[in-house]
Amino acid sequence: MNNITPYVGKGAMAVRLVHRIKAMNWGRMAVILTPTLWLAVFFFIPFLVVFKISLAESAIAVPPYSPLFEWNPEEAYATLKITFGNYLFLFESRFYLDAYLSSIRIAAISTFITLVIAFPIAYLIAKSSRTRRTLLLSLVILPFWTSFLLRVYAWMGLLKKNGVVNEFLMGLGITDHPLIMLQTDFAVYVGIVYTYLPFMILPLYTTLEKMDLALLEAAKDLGAKPYQAFFLVTLPLAIPGIVAGCLLVFIPAVGEFVIPALLGGSDTLMIGRVLWDEFFLNRDWPMASAVATVMLIVLVGPIMFIRSRNKQEDAP
Amino acid sequence: MKRGSLFLNGSALFGFVFLYAPIISLIIYSFNESKLVTVWGGWSIKWYAALFQNEQIINATLLSFKIAAISATLAVVLGTMAGFVLSRMGRFRGKTILSGWVTAPLIMPDVITGLSLLLLFVALESMFGWPAGRGTGTIIIAHTTFCLAYVAVVVQSRLASLDETLEEAAMDLGAKPSSLFFLITLPLIAPAIVSGWLLSFTLSLDDLVIASFVSGPGNSTLPMVIFSKVRLGVSPEVNALATLMILVVAIAVIAAIFIMHRQNRYKISQ
Repeated sequence: MNNITPYVGKGAMAVRLVHRIKAMNWGRMAVILTPTLWLAVFFFIPFLVVFKISLAESAIAVPPYSPLFEWNPEEAYATLKITFGNYLFLFESRFYLDAYLSSIRIAAISTFITLVIAFPIAYLIAKSSRTRRTLLLSLVILPFWTSFLLRVYAWMGLLKKNGVVNEFLMGLGITDHPLIMLQTDFAVYVGIVYTYLPFMILPLYTTLEKMDLALLEAAKDLGAKPYQAFFLVTLPLAIPGIVAGCLLVFIPAVGEFVIPALLGGSDTLMIGRVLWDEFFLNRDWPMASAVATVMLIVLVGPIMFIRSRNKQEDAP
Repeated sequence: MKRGSLFLNGSALFGFVFLYAPIISLIIYSFNESKLVTVWGGWSIKWYAALFQNEQIINATLLSFKIAAISATLAVVLGTMAGFVLSRMGRFRGKTILSGWVTAPLIMPDVITGLSLLLLFVALESMFGWPAGRGTGTIIIAHTTFCLAYVAVVVQSRLASLDETLEEAAMDLGAKPSSLFFLITLPLIAPAIVSGWLLSFTLSLDDLVIASFVSGPGNSTLPMVIFSKVRLGVSPEVNALATLMILVVAIAVIAAIFIMHRQNRYKISQ
């Protein structure tokens, strides 16, 4: 401080440092902001638009809904025109309520069946040797890479009246006449279980792999029968994986469109299909928006739950 | 104990049969001579020949490949940024929100994503005149958005498994943030970026619901054409198409596994 020259030097350095920090922060800001803004505009704001339009009325116009604000040029004020009519209709008519309940029921039952089928596979993979584990995991993931639409379509050929499954059952003598399977709820269960099986196996495998096998031996030494060891040791330890897998299957299954459209019957009521028809067939955009908003509200709980779990795992 | 493992192996075997039976039957029936898809009429490749003369399918395939390649590339750039920001940039305001926005598209039902994006595009057009109409451009934006999330998750988990000491060493030696990223981090996460791109490409190629909402007239992607063809029943041409697509994907995935396996062995032997 008492000598002027170092002071200037320090000042220049400080200025340079400030510049450098500024430049660095600029780059940092840009890297943070680019994906954030993209997701804000194309992921988050769209939900607000859906909510906004769910408060409008259907109209024969382009686009087919009434404006929320009406500008009155003579007296220079704007009127806010919102209606809760779509929501009222949604809760009053049995149709939509039934569609929500039946989607939740179908998704829940399929999730449970998926869990029952996935558990032994995940357990077997977790207990395998290293090389076999890689092979089996690849076998589980490989179908996931092939087209979802085509895998659902493949079941149409298997389940139809003179399809492979019926031929097989009749060949074995289990039934003497072809069973009606395609275009029933049964086909929808098969489709959901089939497409979402890897989503269940992978989180289950991750938890089971961490399990200490010595615990099972200890249970056996203490006289537990295999099924007791399973229900008292393995199952409780697998709960994190079970919860994650079930949510990963349940959430998308509730809003599924392709599976009920291709495999379900005309009486298979699922909310994703209702939304699709409301939009593409009835061209009632406000109603479709109201259906979507309520679906989002139903699903927001499970989605937040997954988020909070992920955060717990991230924390050391 | 023995009965237990028999049960385990049996049910796992059932699971794998369940996973692969539909795909295998699809492949077999694509070579069926008979037009009545389920009646076996001998081996034939005539549906493949018909496929290559179907202009609608060829055009839709080309359009879908174009959309998938562009969306995957954009998603890799944005998704790598998002994954990097979330795992290497410490705390910043809005981190929780960003990480929520990155995970949510992974499980959001397609009908909601599709409808909300369409309504956004319509609102933007009436306010700013952009995007003028809907078509390839709006599909690319929609696909980039949901693929971005997948890339971000893949990159993030790769970064989490990496030792930060290399990056710290480079920083101590005076590397600028940009050269640190391009010379050190990027080569380390390259496998994640490649698999993120491939995953995005297949997801985009496969999407029916979102594309149906945000596409305009005359912009039918391959899944849209397939869906309109199979909605009324099984079609032998689609079987042939499916077989070709499964073949391409299987070769790509097996190659990827092989490469990763070799790389891992290399790493272990080092």
